[in-house]
Amino acid sequence: MRITCPLCGERDRREFYYYGADDYLRRPGEGAAPAAWDAYLHLRDNPAGVTRDLWYHDMGCAAWLVVERNTVTHEVLSVRLASEAEEGAA
Amino acid sequence: MAELLATPATDGLLPITYGPFGLTDAAPARITSVAPLAGQTRAFKAALKAMGLGWPAPNRQIRAPGGRIVRTGAGQAFLLEADPAPLAGLGALTDQTDAWATLRLTGPAPDEVLARLIPVDLRPGAFGEDAALRTALGHMMSVVLRAGDGIEIMVFRSMARTAVHEIAAAMSAVAARRG
Repeated sequence: MRITCPLCGERDRREFYYYGADDYLRRPGEGAAPAAWDAYLHLRDNPAGVTRDLWYHDMGCAAWLVVERNTVTHEVLSVRLASEAEEGAA
Repeated sequence: MAELLATPATDGLLPITYGPFGLTDAAPARITSVAPLAGQTRAFKAALKAMGLGWPAPNRQIRAPGGRIVRTGAGQAFLLEADPAPLAGLGALTDQTDAWATLRLTGPAPDEVLARLIPVDLRPGAFGEDAALRTALGHMMSVVLRAGDGIEIMVFRSMARTAVHEIAAAMSAVAARRG
């Protein structure tokens, strides 16, 4: 598997660290209902198909990336800098 | 202040030669991590221009008679050799001179040696004159720089012995295969 870092170009998967679903970009606001925090911390989809998750380019430029990939075909559909991802985007 | 004896990161480890390949210490006199402060990016880049340098694109380095600047991250670069004084107040400057071990690999096609350790294409066509990468050397974080017909490798100082060991093993294997 190779990931095309927006800064560094195409790199081997070994250069990256997997963090988890991109739900972590949508942290509930202060005073949010416990259910929202429960969902943020614990509830994850497990799709057979397109998923979006966070990867960290730890051996490279140290950027956080939002990687859209297909868990069935292993296709990597898009890679963007997390710093440029839209806040609250679905 | 007392002048203390500084021990090089590769003390007692280098130089090493295997066939046509050589590994030597190439520590720059000065390494400074530079990162433009918020709102100062334009002035920061202008100051670099005045030093004969500039803000390099990702995977690139810019050379000037007084030093080099190497892009190392989204908002970070390493200034090698040059005095960072003109950037004071415009960027976050951190002296990292003692934090890195810098090695220089020479010989015909040093990329063949590093191909055993680094999962990035380092052949001259893909890794040209001004190329500079942050990537993995085995399991070590590293900065890999094209330096004339050689390649320079920066690793964390604590990894100096491991890096020399790994590269020496690759040098000896490639030298043996070349006969």
